[in-house]
Amino acid sequence: MTTPSGSAGRERRAGELTPRELGRWLWRQLTSMRTALILLLMLALASVPGSIIPQEGVDSVKTARWQNEHPDLTPVYEKLGLFSVYDSAWFSAIYLLLMVSLVGCIIPRTFHYLRAIRAAPPAAPRNLTRLPDHASYETGDGVDDVLTRARAALKDRGYRLRPADDGADAVSAERGYLREVGNLVFHLSVVVVLVGFAMGGLFGYRGGVILVEGSTFSNNLTQYDDFEPGKLFSAEQMSGFSFTFDKFDVEWQTTPSRGVMARAFNADLTYRESLDAEEQSYDLRVNHPLTIGDTDVFLIGHGYAPVITVKDGNGVEVYSAPVPFLPQDQTFLSFGVLKSPDSQTGQIGLEGLFYPTFELIDGDPVTVYPDDLNPLVSLFVYTGDLGLETSAQSIFALDKTNAAQIMNDDGKPLRLDLDLGETATLPDGLGTVTFDGVKPWTRIQLSQTPGKEITLAGVVLALVGLLGSLFIRPRRVWVRAHRDGDVTMVEVAALDRSGGGDVVPVLEELVAELHPSPHGKEKA
Amino acid sequence: MTDAAWETLSDQAVAAAGVVYFLALLAHLVEWASLREVVAAKGAGAAAGSAGAVIVDHGGPDRDGVRSRRVAMFGRLGLLLTGLACAVHFVSLLSRGLAADPNRVPWGNMYEFTLAGTFVVTLMYLVLYRRFTLAWMAPIVLAFVLTTLMVAVIWLHSEVTPLTEALNSYWLVIHVVSAVIATGAFTIGGILSAVYLVKDRRGDAASGPWARVPSLAVLDRVSYRVHAFGFPVWTFAVLITGPIWAHEAWSSYWNWDPKEVWAFITWVVYAAYLHARSTAGWKGRNAAIVALVGLATLWFNFVGINFFSTNSQHSYAEGAPAIVMEER
Repeated sequence: MTTPSGSAGRERRAGELTPRELGRWLWRQLTSMRTALILLLMLALASVPGSIIPQEGVDSVKTARWQNEHPDLTPVYEKLGLFSVYDSAWFSAIYLLLMVSLVGCIIPRTFHYLRAIRAAPPAAPRNLTRLPDHASYETGDGVDDVLTRARAALKDRGYRLRPADDGADAVSAERGYLREVGNLVFHLSVVVVLVGFAMGGLFGYRGGVILVEGSTFSNNLTQYDDFEPGKLFSAEQMSGFSFTFDKFDVEWQTTPSRGVMARAFNADLTYRESLDAEEQSYDLRVNHPLTIGDTDVFLIGHGYAPVITVKDGNGVEVYSAPVPFLPQDQTFLSFGVLKSPDSQTGQIGLEGLFYPTFELIDGDPVTVYPDDLNPLVSLFVYTGDLGLETSAQSIFALDKTNAAQIMNDDGKPLRLDLDLGETATLPDGLGTVTFDGVKPWTRIQLSQTPGKEITLAGVVLALVGLLGSLFIRPRRVWVRAHRDGDVTMVEVAALDRSGGGDVVPVLEELVAELHPSPHGKEKA
Repeated sequence: MTDAAWETLSDQAVAAAGVVYFLALLAHLVEWASLREVVAAKGAGAAAGSAGAVIVDHGGPDRDGVRSRRVAMFGRLGLLLTGLACAVHFVSLLSRGLAADPNRVPWGNMYEFTLAGTFVVTLMYLVLYRRFTLAWMAPIVLAFVLTTLMVAVIWLHSEVTPLTEALNSYWLVIHVVSAVIATGAFTIGGILSAVYLVKDRRGDAASGPWARVPSLAVLDRVSYRVHAFGFPVWTFAVLITGPIWAHEAWSSYWNWDPKEVWAFITWVVYAAYLHARSTAGWKGRNAAIVALVGLATLWFNFVGINFFSTNSQHSYAEGAPAIVMEER
């Protein structure tokens, strides 16, 4: 029974609000500029932790490492969502509130603007000389003369004029109506960008695969090494293309300060957009992705895959394939593991380093050049249960919990140092390991980002709106003339409505045109 | 000319530019010192409130006239030297680009970015010199540029190297050039905001060099204008060209990479500055503080992230791995 106008039963205390009034007050607070400002600053502040603490979605390996190193902090951080700041509840809360505030701000402003855009400039204030920027002069011309000239001059400058009232002694002019349009476009575009961004996050995916030269990838989930789908992604979105990685080219360059680095590398692909489509070729390079339908294919990195053959104690070949090794730095010294399947004489696991151009310097094994000029693999050997059946495994890690390392006669870990084509025989009749060759591999990233065009259009639109709202300078100008004895007193005033404009030059230039010889001109 | 010769020329040009900047700074300091004398000579009788126009030759005692002329002369000399230094600075940038094989834009690493950034600061100061009567800020700008150049030469200098594969794209030109221009504009804007805050605290001075600093309203307006120029350029660099390039090179247009995050933070803070200027209670002083916070985030992004963050794909500081490889 309570209404805003007062309740019949009892006296309202000062500051007491009905739910409706409270709601309105909250809405007003939320959509006020001050709140928007504070939310903006909070958004900036809230973004900081994500750049300091490793983020799950950005680098999961690094995050896991960090979590291992900080066992005390990890549960606390986990609760606060600090490992995925940008989709945490509190981060979302800030930007959603900001969006609500923004929409709540621009909708009324749009209506207000639609009314204002048709309105005539307001009548001249009574006392123009009270405005901060004004000028006045005397002239012998008649009042009507002066006002007609003023109207023409202002019209030339693109001002909108207030229709002349009967007996009006002043001209009112205004320009820069489009500033507010720019402002509204900018703020609306921010919402568009957010929608596009959300689409990409929800419906898109990103996945990667390591491909050895000569191998073929067909686009289905089983072929990916890693795959991060959006929350609303469905496998039906994936198109049935396939490609073969035919050949890898790399050009090495020696630089004075950074050593040898890969100056250019590219992967020659042949691809089919679908099973029955024609075969096409593409030269995949960094910064030059291949687009197949909605999917983009990127070359991200490269490395070496030594071809290793393992035979068991009975001479049966149990493994023979290129094994991708992971480069540790730009010398392309690489680390990798090989897990041979079970055989009668025992499972064999190999773990070690690959040297593209091996050299022994002062007894230390090093690689002196990143190209594979003198390749060598240096491997430790394990046997036992490598957990191949029990656990999902990284291709770059060996599960040694139930495996034993093979030792040499001195009781030290056995290390096989194999040159190209060399074969080593393992002790205890385990078998042999042969280093047959080297093949390059590339890391290919595939992604779908629905809504990226929307996002781009939104940002571009936002920029256009921003330019309008920053550089269109709305201002009002008034000119008033009245007869005082033999002369006409003319007052001119200008008002900047953008908060950043300087109307003094505008005023001076206008007065100079209306009154070519500005003697007696007075300026505040 | 060989690449090595170009590189030597670039290094020499930087040194020469530094010397000329220093001379320009000296000239402006003499100008400032002379201003003090003018006022002292005029004595306590100098009329208060003639802000922005202290060099008034009343045709009074001869000494006054001589000193005013000296002020004007050293002011002009300083400006001339600044122009010269800017030209030499440009030569150093140009030859840096020509020293690389293949020739490229001279902003492939921190040293080159600093070189380009300080160049833009000087250039912007010179371009806006007349329009906003910036003569009063000459010593500040010169001191800043000189110091930053020295830091660049002493700590950041590196030899010319070819670009890594990921940087080798025409987006490097568009993306970085807009980032450099915005950085220059924000730096000038930040200086104006800082001076605003000092002036707000100290109040108007009737005389001396301090009296040449324009009024709070003018400082605020010029600062806004410069920021209003920088903000769209920054938007273009960070939210348009950056994501497009990121999409080309890293398969995703926004990766929450630390550099991206801080560029976004800078953007948000400057957006807050633009809003603050039209919000009651935030105008003037608070807005100036927000602008300085924005500048701090900008510089932190440039210096801090490059040196302290190991997981940024943008880390082009020395020692960063040059291969493009993501471990996932």
